[in-house]
Amino acid sequence: MLRNRYVHCHRAFVRAYATPASSPHALVFLEHRQGILDSGSLSALTAAQQLGGKISALVVGGPDQVPGIVEKAKKLKGLDSVLHSTSPQYSAPVPEVLSPLFEKLLTESSPFTHVVSTTSSAAKSLIPRVAARLNVPAISDITSLVHDAADSSTTFTRPIYAGNAIATVRAPSSVSIKFFTVRSTAFSAASIQEGADAETLAVDPVDVPDSPTQHLKTTIAKSDRPDLGVASRVISGGRALKDANTFASTLYPLADVLGAAVGASRAAVDAGYADNSLQVGQTGKVVAPELYMALGISGAIQHLAGMKDSKLIVAVNKDPDAPIFQVADVGLVADLYEVVPQLIEKLKK
Amino acid sequence: MRPTPARLLNILVPVKRAVDYAVKIRVNPQQTGIDTNVKHSMNPFDEIAVEEAVRLRERFKDEVKSIKAITIGPPKSLDTLRTALAMGADSAIHVEIPESSPSPEPLAVAKTLKAVIERQKEGVDLVILGKQSIDDDLGLTGQMLSGLMGWSQATFASKVDLDIAKKEAVVTREIDGGGEEVRCKLPLIVTTDLRLNEPRYASLPNIMKAKKKPVEKLSASDLGVDLTPILETLKVTEPPQRVGGGKVESVDELVAKLKEAGITAV
Repeated sequence: MLRNRYVHCHRAFVRAYATPASSPHALVFLEHRQGILDSGSLSALTAAQQLGGKISALVVGGPDQVPGIVEKAKKLKGLDSVLHSTSPQYSAPVPEVLSPLFEKLLTESSPFTHVVSTTSSAAKSLIPRVAARLNVPAISDITSLVHDAADSSTTFTRPIYAGNAIATVRAPSSVSIKFFTVRSTAFSAASIQEGADAETLAVDPVDVPDSPTQHLKTTIAKSDRPDLGVASRVISGGRALKDANTFASTLYPLADVLGAAVGASRAAVDAGYADNSLQVGQTGKVVAPELYMALGISGAIQHLAGMKDSKLIVAVNKDPDAPIFQVADVGLVADLYEVVPQLIEKLKK
Repeated sequence: MRPTPARLLNILVPVKRAVDYAVKIRVNPQQTGIDTNVKHSMNPFDEIAVEEAVRLRERFKDEVKSIKAITIGPPKSLDTLRTALAMGADSAIHVEIPESSPSPEPLAVAKTLKAVIERQKEGVDLVILGKQSIDDDLGLTGQMLSGLMGWSQATFASKVDLDIAKKEAVVTREIDGGGEEVRCKLPLIVTTDLRLNEPRYASLPNIMKAKKKPVEKLSASDLGVDLTPILETLKVTEPPQRVGGGKVESVDELVAKLKEAGITAV
């Protein structure tokens, strides 16, 4: 059972600290879909643990979604409390509807020093809106962080220029609440801990009666394969795949043999071979699997931005001068249409 | 509220001058940033934003009253504005900052845009921005602006269906795992995804005409905004270099390498 205590946020959270250099208290936005905690959010929780302070999670959703998620969330390692807020409006929330809830939690003697989320499309839309309303900057897609409790500053690293440079930025103490999103491939996912039982606190939803934006529908591309963002193996195809049918008939059998997710280059997505959500790169998904196999992908800067942290990169391309070979651990100059069937056959042995 | 006898749409398109997407950037030896003595062009997502504005004009003709491009940047950013004008914007605003100034942060940019919007006598109904700039890769400005304005936002748009009479738009957005449709009331902030459209090239006559289009010059102090960065960039470094492991000659060797790495069929 959930302990459904409704609380006044300020009363419950305010703690008197002797100095302004108080220990950090992170609010981690935990996303979920179809009853499952988002694995990127679990990586964000791991990142938040590195701040070295208290951690609260926030779960929002519709009445049928929240109880199950809260039960799972409170067992997560490293969480002190799980705040949850339920409203029919939060079933498929838009930022205009969620922002007031965040603003309520973060203003009026809020204890929170950091707001943390994964770099998901939902958080990318929401977090900057909230930050601006609280008049603080936000830091996107960080790959490491260090908090200095002595001067209440937090230093982050993050890739810029499509991952071709790494910036180290410091949010000084003047930034009262530090908002950041976390690149999930840079942190392992927080695990369920035996016996963990974080306190749960219900937060009144903030009703937004006349939201300027309304959610109409969501279309999720269905697949039996692992989710691209978290898969340990990814098979990606590029322009050389010719058309959507060839893309599917060539890549899917190999992906199935390896239990891999399927990704695509921008060229393949633009040409309609694969769904937008499969795009790997600077403006698509960033992946870092054990195995990344690039088939018929030349390796443009923007594509490399999304996959060059993979453990083992395998490239098959007809063009021996394709830039992908500069980063590939194993390269094969050959026609992918000849290679893939052989590969499937030999892997099956 | 503005009087709205015949509803006409005013569009604002913020654009940014950025290092060209095809340039292989280099970190400078002082580790303070990158070598910017390279080709620059309009941020690719902003080209898509300008294109979308121009297409709305083509679709709705006189109902789109104005398309104004704006940039905040050093004197050279004027080139970027001229590109927007050549693509079809009517006029432009250049919030000029000194060449040596650091690039303003998204929050400051959003505040500047807000100040500019509030100065527009006829108001602004639609702001179209790129979803991110390809230099800092932050992707914050559009959302921050909608937060400051309290307006509707539609990020990562791949399709915008505008209904000017009803003052609303149905926007298809790219989200993790698929797509989403939202209905937004105007005034609205849209940020563009790659799939929204294919930007046109400016023709030579249009480039010539763009030289005569008006560009209003403003400064941060005119607008009462402070562009000083809040975050401190301590250093900029090269990412760890990945060295290719060389090529193999056959599929057999490839499979052997995979097995060596512990990768087998499931």
